[in-house]
Amino acid sequence: MNNLERMKRFHQAKWNEPIIYEISEPGARAVLVPGPCCECTSAEEAVASLPSAMLRKESPKLPEVAQLQLVRHYNHLSQENIGVDGNIDIGQGTCTMKYNPKVNERLAGDAKLSEMHPLQPEGTAQGILELFYRTGELFKEISGLDVFSVQPGGGSHGVLALASIVRAYWRDMGEENKRDEIITTLFSHPADCAVPIVKGYKVTIIQPDAEGYPDIEAFKAAVSERTAAIFFTNPEDTGIFNVRIKEFTRIAHERGILCCYDQANANGLLGVTRTVEADFDMSFFNLHKTFGAPHGCGGPATGMVAAKKELRPYMPVPLVEHSPEKGYYLDFDLPKSCGKIKSFWGVAPVVVKAYSWIMSLGAEGLREVSRVAVLNNNYCMKKILAIRGASISFPNHRPRVEQARYSWQKLKEDTGFGTADVQRCVADFGTHYWSSHEPWVIPEPFTIEPSESYSKQDIDDYTAVLAEIARMCYEEPEAVRRAPVNSTVHHIDHDYFDDPAKYAITWRAYNKKYKGYFEPR
Amino acid sequence: MKVGFLINPVAGMGGKVALKGTDGEDILRRALELGAEPAAGARAEEAVKAFAESAGDCLFYSPSGAMGADLLKKYGIRTEPLFEPSAHTTSADTKRAAKMMLDRGVALIVFAGGDGTARDVCAIVGESVPVVGIPAGVKIHSAVYAKRPGAAGILVGRFLRGLAKRFASAEVVDIDEEAFRDDVVRARLYGYMKAPDDREFMQDRKTGSGGAAAEEAAELAAYVAGCMEPGTLYLVGSGSTTMRLLERLEVDGTLLGVDAVMDGRLVGWDLTEAEIKKLLAGVERERRALIVTVIGGQGHIFGRGNQQLSPDVIRMIPKKNITVIATPAKMAQLFGKSLIVDTGDSSLDEELQGYIPVVTGRARKMMVRIS
Repeated sequence: MNNLERMKRFHQAKWNEPIIYEISEPGARAVLVPGPCCECTSAEEAVASLPSAMLRKESPKLPEVAQLQLVRHYNHLSQENIGVDGNIDIGQGTCTMKYNPKVNERLAGDAKLSEMHPLQPEGTAQGILELFYRTGELFKEISGLDVFSVQPGGGSHGVLALASIVRAYWRDMGEENKRDEIITTLFSHPADCAVPIVKGYKVTIIQPDAEGYPDIEAFKAAVSERTAAIFFTNPEDTGIFNVRIKEFTRIAHERGILCCYDQANANGLLGVTRTVEADFDMSFFNLHKTFGAPHGCGGPATGMVAAKKELRPYMPVPLVEHSPEKGYYLDFDLPKSCGKIKSFWGVAPVVVKAYSWIMSLGAEGLREVSRVAVLNNNYCMKKILAIRGASISFPNHRPRVEQARYSWQKLKEDTGFGTADVQRCVADFGTHYWSSHEPWVIPEPFTIEPSESYSKQDIDDYTAVLAEIARMCYEEPEAVRRAPVNSTVHHIDHDYFDDPAKYAITWRAYNKKYKGYFEPR
Repeated sequence: MKVGFLINPVAGMGGKVALKGTDGEDILRRALELGAEPAAGARAEEAVKAFAESAGDCLFYSPSGAMGADLLKKYGIRTEPLFEPSAHTTSADTKRAAKMMLDRGVALIVFAGGDGTARDVCAIVGESVPVVGIPAGVKIHSAVYAKRPGAAGILVGRFLRGLAKRFASAEVVDIDEEAFRDDVVRARLYGYMKAPDDREFMQDRKTGSGGAAAEEAAELAAYVAGCMEPGTLYLVGSGSTTMRLLERLEVDGTLLGVDAVMDGRLVGWDLTEAEIKKLLAGVERERRALIVTVIGGQGHIFGRGNQQLSPDVIRMIPKKNITVIATPAKMAQLFGKSLIVDTGDSSLDEELQGYIPVVTGRARKMMVRIS
């Protein structure tokens, strides 16, 4: 059986698994918690010793499930899942779904780390502080910048840290109220627009020119004495590297504007070019993306902030420092700091995994990562552009870095099927495909990012699936309309995801919104 | 499901013989004399081909013969003829058909024609029932038309299968044909109809920001309303986006006219050019402002549907006080295109060239080129 045949015969597991609250049985326990230790006399007495304000009036509403039923429940859920470890995960472009070495899970799960408490004295936490510090040292080389913070818990959180530093800087310069605008580009990550707005800025968006580069004339028209900073992603979500990037930073710096570089996805740049070469003042890197730690599905992750030493006074507190007398320590003495971005010091297990990943590869290894990621992408691009109905955004600009945004416009015109239809079909092959985030200006878009982890065979198999679906669109429209048939979730009514009155992401919200609405499953 | 279907058989006939339109009986006669042949039927057929297999049990209401019923029957679609149109069909036939379709409670009206046909349908139907336009006319400026006949057919097919569930207000725009024949473009916004929002339906909703067009417009209106300064006279141009702003301000403005607002109160309603000038003259230059939106799929900000905003009027307002507002959905449709100014005064058009920030939502602007 060839691989395409094999993938066609995939079938998703379906356990009709209830929500854990629905299998809750009063009194059932997975683990019996040992009673108070010998020093205390009874549980009641231990509880009575607590201040009354700290005692809850009612028991928390937790599910009560025995161990076997609990293990079965989560095993079922894990089988109804999809991820890097279970499929050729190159369809989630911009997200860098690379393989995360399992040995790093062992390191991060070690009791020496997992049993630590963030409030224990610095002197007893020298190991993890050293690791934070040394990770910063590695990023001196990777980014060319000088000071670092691992506090942000994700990529967008990294943007928030940069926007906070920008605000602290202009406050110090006495221009906080005058400099109230940020400039970004249409194909920068949407967070580069959304997050500064959260921080109180007005954001101006620069559209691309015909070649796919941010329109520099529009940029010149947008900069003013009100501009506080620019937030640029590079390469952009189209996979196009802005080769004129230094021209943008030069124009900005002439007016004293701070330059912030979104390097969340640096997977095509390691050892090739750096933040400092593009003359940006600060940037952030996603350790959970480019640097080998898993994505946390909304956290915990790390959007590591890096800045030039001139901006050190405005960095989030505390910074991890080292001196021969004090050893590794947390430096809170930054009176002009933007403050804390997150409680405590950062998501330590993610930093451990990224540090281990970088150290295991070394400088030459990092460069090899990017070289292979770019090679894989360009190979994949050639395969995709040979598929009937597929095309690429900004076709005049062929070379791409680590990802590319494509279009099914031709397919749609010919057959009426577009990217959402392809998405439904992909599920039938046991793999995954994503129709891209905004801006939705490329018709029927999809974004593919085959990072360095995937083999030539993987890319051949994945693109064979896309080609097969395109063939079905032209030749077997009924089959496309029916799909997915091998997956367990079929046609979805999107209204439930769009309407705040309808969506429920907690059991409590579900009960509130739907009690009596649906029959129990 | 009941569906209305009509073809304007003479639509498009003026085009090939360079008459720039086919509105009015005299022009039609001239077109025939010049050897024009009916083409709308063939355009409509491309669309019918694309939705025929989705028609199933649906009952189509259509005028007899070339106005639709013949074509539907050819594809085996259940059809009930509405009436026998006259030999030379006119705008009255289109309106009569639209009225009868509404009376029969159709869920969708499909029509093939041009801007003139859209105007006729709009005059009867408004936004009461969703419509899909099959482009078959000479002038296709109205947003109710799909890009191509086949695309219209696909959209109808999706609607019949229950897949098109979102709708957006689409402009009905028409130009004055007589003036156009003398190479003068005078366009008007005639109203809005409800069209299936295919772009919306096809978008991935991962970020939740693909939100419906109505929500985008509401966000934009709330933000712009909050930015309005006391003591400033705001002229508010025509269009549904600016209408949302007036609604947000809780004033009774006009959809198709130019209104004026100051300190949250309506101080001018459906203004003429002369009235606008008089109002502007009453406030100092820095206190004059103008809020307009982008009209139609071509990207016009002046010269389509707002001729009251004459070159004189525009010159009375500082350029920095002119705010263009448009939803992200509208800007996405215009991606890669410039905005167009067509004030009727080429030196003013030239002065307005360059980049202008278009406000697209709360604290969000996009730099767009005017050319």
